[in-house]
Amino acid sequence: MVQTMAFSRTNSKRLGQTIGFVLISLCIVLALIFLGSIIYFITVRGIHVISWEFLTQVPRRAMTQGGVAPAIVGTFYLTLGALLFSVPLGLACAIYICEYSPATYAVNIIRLSINNLAGVPSVVFGLFGFAVFVKFFGFGVSILSGSLTLGIMALPGIISASQEAILAVPQSYKEASLALGATHWQTIKKVVLPSALPGILTGIILNVGRVTGETAPILFTAATFYTRGYPDSILSEVMALPYHIYALMTEGTRPEQQTMIAYGCSLILLCLVLLISAVAIYFRQKQRRMYGT
Amino acid sequence: MEPEVKIRARDVNFYYGKKPALKNIDLDIYSQHVTALIGPSGCGKSTFIRLINRMNDLIPGARVEGKITLDEMDIYDPETDVVDLRRRVGMVFQKPNPFPKSIFENLAYGLVINGIRDKDFIEERVIDSLKKAALYEEIKDRLHDNALMLSGGQQQRLCIARCLVIEPEVILFDEPCASLDPISTKKIEELILELKQEYSIIIVTHNMQQAARVSDYTAFMYIGELIEFGRTQKLFTVPKEKMTEEYLSGKFG
Repeated sequence: MVQTMAFSRTNSKRLGQTIGFVLISLCIVLALIFLGSIIYFITVRGIHVISWEFLTQVPRRAMTQGGVAPAIVGTFYLTLGALLFSVPLGLACAIYICEYSPATYAVNIIRLSINNLAGVPSVVFGLFGFAVFVKFFGFGVSILSGSLTLGIMALPGIISASQEAILAVPQSYKEASLALGATHWQTIKKVVLPSALPGILTGIILNVGRVTGETAPILFTAATFYTRGYPDSILSEVMALPYHIYALMTEGTRPEQQTMIAYGCSLILLCLVLLISAVAIYFRQKQRRMYGT
Repeated sequence: MEPEVKIRARDVNFYYGKKPALKNIDLDIYSQHVTALIGPSGCGKSTFIRLINRMNDLIPGARVEGKITLDEMDIYDPETDVVDLRRRVGMVFQKPNPFPKSIFENLAYGLVINGIRDKDFIEERVIDSLKKAALYEEIKDRLHDNALMLSGGQQQRLCIARCLVIEPEVILFDEPCASLDPISTKKIEELILELKQEYSIIIVTHNMQQAARVSDYTAFMYIGELIEFGRTQKLFTVPKEKMTEEYLSGKFG
C-alpha cells in the first residue's frame, strides 16, 4: 500500500515535469512563429520593390517611383550620431556609478531614476528634443537634434547594461590589479572594462535596434517627409526609414503603390538593424575569444 | 641574535564598521624569513596581512588604529603613497586570480602599469620571474595562451611570478594552497622556501603542518588577538600558552 502510494507520487511528479516541459516548448515555438511570420510577411511583400535603383535613387513622382536612398542614409546618420553621443556618455555614467560614487541615498535615487527613464514613452523624448535641441539650442530640425534625442533615449538602456556588466567583473581581478600597484583608474581601464566589454556590447546591440527603428523621437526633431537630395551637414533635416514608412502609409495620393514601398522600406530597416547588430556581435565574439571564459 | 625587523605592528586595532576584528596586535616580521599566521577561521589572520598592503582600504566602513611600519615608512600615514606601498608589498591570494589575458600579458601587467615600455626589458623580467616561480619549463612554449587554460597549481605559481615581476620586498601569501592539490601545494611550499632568500614572507594558513614545514616564525591568533608568537620550532614543540597547545593538539579550531 505504502509502496504503491510512493510510486504514484513519483508518477505524478513525472507527469508534472512533462507538462511543464511541453508548456515551455510551446511558448518558445509560439515566439518563434511570431518572429518567423514577421520576417516572412515583410520579406514576401517587400522583396519585389527592392532593386538597385530602389536602394540608390532619390524618390520621384510623389514617392511612387525612384528609390529611398536618402532615407537609408538619414537613418544611418541618425543611428551613428545617437551612438556617438550615448555610448561614451552612458559608459562614463556606468563607470562613475559602479566605481566612484559612494553608496549613498542620493546615488540610489540616481540609479532608480535612470531605470525609470527607460520607461518614458518615446514621443515624450521627441517633445523634449523639440523643446531643448530644436528650439532652445537652436539646432533646428536636423540630424544633430534627432541624434541627440535618440541618444538620450538610448542612454538609460546603455547605462544599466554597462552597470551590470561592470558589476559582474570578479572582485578578485580588481584586487589582483590593485595589489600589483595599479591605480584605480588603471585597474578600470585595463582589467575591469575589457572583462565587461562583451556585456556592454550586448547592451549597445539591443539599444541600436531600438534607436534605428524609432519614429516618435525624430518626428519633430530630425525627419522630413521628402528631400530631393542628401543631407549636406549635421544641421540638415533628413529623411529616415521609420518616418518614411509612417508617411507612406498615412499621406499621399496613391495608397496602393505607397503600401508596397512601405513594405520595401521595412525590409531594408530590418536588414539595417541586423547589419549594425552583426558588427557589434562580431566585436563581442572577438573580445570573448580573447578573454575566453 | 634576532634578524632585522622588516615590518613592525604596534597596538593595531581594526574594525569592520563597529565590529572589532583585531585587538591590540603587536607583531614583528623579520627580513628574509617566513612568518606564518595560524589560527581558526575568523581569527583575523587574513585581515592582518591585508592591512600591510592596505587592501582593506577597499572595504567601506573599515577603520584601523595603531601603527604599522615597513622599514621606516608608516603605512597608514596620510602622506604614504598606497600605489608605491603595493609595489613594495606583493600579494598572492587564496584563489588563483590570473587576469583573463595571456600568460605573458599577466606577467607584464605590473611593468606596463608602471610605464615601462622597453620590450626587451619586459621579456627578460617576465622570463626571469617565471624561472624563479619554477613555472618556466612547463609553459615556455605557450606564453601567449590564455592564462585561464593553466591548471590551478600553475595558475597560482603564475600569480606568484606576476608578483615577482615588480620586485617587491615583502610577499604576502593569503592561504595560497587552500584550493590546490597536494602536489601543487608541495611545489608552492618549496618555492616559498626558495623565495625567502630574497624576500620577507608572511603566509596565512589553515594548515598547521604547512606552517611547521615552511616558516621560521609562527604567530597564533584567536578571535582577533595575537595569542603567541615565536620561533616555529619552539612554538610547535613547547608552546608557552595553554591555548596554543590546545589548538596545536587539535582540541579546537
